[in-house]
Amino acid sequence: MKSLYAWGAIAAIVTTSTIGDVFLARAMKQVGDVSALWRRTGLLTVLGRILRNPYFTLGVLSMTVAFYSLLFGLSWGDVSLVAPASASLTFIANAVGAKIFLHERVDRRRWMAALCVAAGVALLAG
Amino acid sequence: MSLRKNLLLVGVAVFAATGDSLISRGMKQAGGVSLQHLPSIVLAVLNPWVALGILFLLAFFASYATALSWADLTYVLPATSVGYVLIALIAKFFLHEQVTATRWLGIFLISAGVAFAASGPSSTHVPQKADPEQSPADVVSMKVDA
Repeated sequence: MKSLYAWGAIAAIVTTSTIGDVFLARAMKQVGDVSALWRRTGLLTVLGRILRNPYFTLGVLSMTVAFYSLLFGLSWGDVSLVAPASASLTFIANAVGAKIFLHERVDRRRWMAALCVAAGVALLAG
Repeated sequence: MSLRKNLLLVGVAVFAATGDSLISRGMKQAGGVSLQHLPSIVLAVLNPWVALGILFLLAFFASYATALSWADLTYVLPATSVGYVLIALIAKFFLHEQVTATRWLGIFLISAGVAFAASGPSSTHVPQKADPEQSPADVVSMKVDA
């Protein structure tokens, strides 16, 4: 029963953190290179532009849900299961999400990177 | 990629690894949180380890969002996954957990993944790639389009 709770939390973490990452990445791409903008327009303008972006708000909301799911997950299951399992699956989910929703060119090298990291993170739990 | 951008990616990894480790330690002290006892979540934040961990995660978030403003998600995530290697090393040297052969293999695979990602371009998003070299006018017109 405890492991069912843990895996439920893992599923929630993977889903919400992937949605959060994709929204945040989209928001930041719309804002543009932060350091270049900061130099040109100042910190307040950059912050204003980021905070007014609706994808940023949605991303942060989704990440907040992911964070609390992680808190629950960490107290229900072992940190050595919940943290790596959710992180591992999030790498795969993010690569799929980035390809579909952000139209990033996920070539063979990037799939290898995502798969290696996902497998490595999963093995760290062993 | 400039030294500053590389340092930022290292910052993403270090802040995340440190934040996670601090929160993990704090949650062990604070005890379990449950749906039946929701105030325990609020109380958990009062634990100094959890509070410090959250500060580190805020620093992680700022550097992560900055990195995403000029690099792809599928680049930033694998490139900063070196943080998991850090967590394993923190677990070994500070929490005195054992690093088994399986874990070393995991560390090796993550390092390979980091190398795969880092050997490619940081951004494939050509229309919105806002390099510092780009003229301000280009960036401004892109903003209007976006």
